[in-house]
Amino acid sequence: MATSFPVEPRVIVRSPRTFIERLRGGDQIALLTTLVCAVTIIVVVALIVVELWMNSQPAIKAFGWHFLTSSTWDPNAEKFGALPFIYGTCLTSALALLIAIPLGIAAAIFLAEMAPPQLSNLLTFLIELLAAVPSVIYGLLGIFVLVPLIRDCLVPVLVKFFGYLPIFQGDFYGVSFLSASLVLSVMVAPFIISVSREVLLAVPVEQREAALAVGATKWEATWQIVLPNASTGIIGSVFLALARALGETMAVTMVIGNTPKITASLFSPGYSIAAVIANEFAEASGRLYVSSLIFLGLVLFGLTIVINAVARILVLTTTQRSA
Amino acid sequence: MHVATFRQQLAKEPAIAAEGSGVQKTALAVKLQAENLNFYYGKFQALHGISLSIVTYKITAFIGPSGCGKSTFLRTMNRMNETVRNTRVEGKLLLDGQDLREMDVTFVRRRVGMVFQKSNPFPKTIFDNVAYGLRVNGVRSRPVIEAAVERSLRRAALWDEVKDKLRKPASALSGGQQQRLCIARALAVEPEVLLLDEPCSALDPIATLKIEELLFQIKDITTIVIVTHNMQQAARLADYTGFFLMGKLIEFDDTRKIFQNPSKKETEDYVTGRFG
Repeated sequence: MATSFPVEPRVIVRSPRTFIERLRGGDQIALLTTLVCAVTIIVVVALIVVELWMNSQPAIKAFGWHFLTSSTWDPNAEKFGALPFIYGTCLTSALALLIAIPLGIAAAIFLAEMAPPQLSNLLTFLIELLAAVPSVIYGLLGIFVLVPLIRDCLVPVLVKFFGYLPIFQGDFYGVSFLSASLVLSVMVAPFIISVSREVLLAVPVEQREAALAVGATKWEATWQIVLPNASTGIIGSVFLALARALGETMAVTMVIGNTPKITASLFSPGYSIAAVIANEFAEASGRLYVSSLIFLGLVLFGLTIVINAVARILVLTTTQRSA
Repeated sequence: MHVATFRQQLAKEPAIAAEGSGVQKTALAVKLQAENLNFYYGKFQALHGISLSIVTYKITAFIGPSGCGKSTFLRTMNRMNETVRNTRVEGKLLLDGQDLREMDVTFVRRRVGMVFQKSNPFPKTIFDNVAYGLRVNGVRSRPVIEAAVERSLRRAALWDEVKDKLRKPASALSGGQQQRLCIARALAVEPEVLLLDEPCSALDPIATLKIEELLFQIKDITTIVIVTHNMQQAARLADYTGFFLMGKLIEFDDTRKIFQNPSKKETEDYVTGRFG
């Protein structure tokens, strides 16, 4: 066997790539393209803020901070205040989440941990379909199905057992905070269910087995170990639901009653920011009226950012404490 | 620990194992017994007629190539395989002479603990990790839990390293410490048998040595069954060794016999590295 063989001299090191060659190599192009895409998004957000800010100037000049605390909405007298709408948006979103979170998490636990895989996949498909239903359809569902159901079944029970609470007083005419909240909860639950199911399924099987191995029941392993493991993702799904609830326009306007009033009773009609903009923008006459509606848009934008930021900070502090 | 000390320890270990296996010629209590055990994943038969006895307060090791069924067999002993869909067990599996499969499953798993290949501490504090098994089994008394946590951490040779940070998250520990924490968690409920599924496969030699040392320490209080890819580990640790191949238990005997004078050709090929 030969112990050595001739080595032909070869050029191994080439000269550095030229700019064009580097472009062709892909790195530069990829950087440029992705950068442009990312910047585009930021530009769009910035444009929205600038546009809302510019167009709401007349209202800002006329009302200032008072706009946020005033509850008068009188286009004839050109007096505009955002409080009833802020109240309506926050109340319906909060109530919707209050209903949708337990419902969604329980359904996700069933789908991820208990249902046989085929059934789980089928149900998940249907639930994800639910998330794609246009909101006007949910509005119709609210008017024709939910409102009669609430009137005939839910309200009598609430009045009988909790009638002494201020939130369940007064007459129920169908359109109300309660109806809007329930429709919203049906709309946002699919987000919570499908995302929570994914994160529950992504919890390592070793975590379940570790709990089972010391004698935990399947439910104890799910509730005490799997759920905390998935908590960050589940909270993410709640954010998604919250964002949708805050901004939902069509379905809410169909069942909330479109009355700018602040009342404690969930049975009375109200209004939300998105609903009033959609309803009144087309026929708004006068610069101040239009400007006030745009100012409301800015308020909704700010509200969404503030609520999301607060929720995120809350999560960061709690996860740091527990992790 | 210094590398030199570690090497000395490593050199000493087979001798200890040999001493251990020399003593038990007298009457031996059988803790776990498998009789003609078959196991199926769907249509695939993973275990073929396994029969063997696990002796109380001894270390039993299972060796064999990947996919030979040793882990599957280990996981039938605390019925962990039941959590996998489409599986089926045939045959008998007795714990202290009673059929495992007729007992309440959480009771079985409390008596037969398990440590996994990948360390899997919960995203909780060190204390809560060890206390979990006690709490889940209904222990509520704070002093009892505290005492048990300390005892378990001491047995797992982790107490001195973590006693000042019991309230810190378990994820802050190193890989080897995490695995010892998992052993402490398993020991906290005082299992009669401890199953270990390749507990050192992701650890460096020093961390491995620490785990082997602690297994020697706890063999007085619990019966140990360990699956390992590392034949030296089996030789160092085990009183008895079983060799699995293609879902069959080829040979089961004194560790010394398996490694020095195996009676089956397949075993000899495997332990001398001529396998394959």
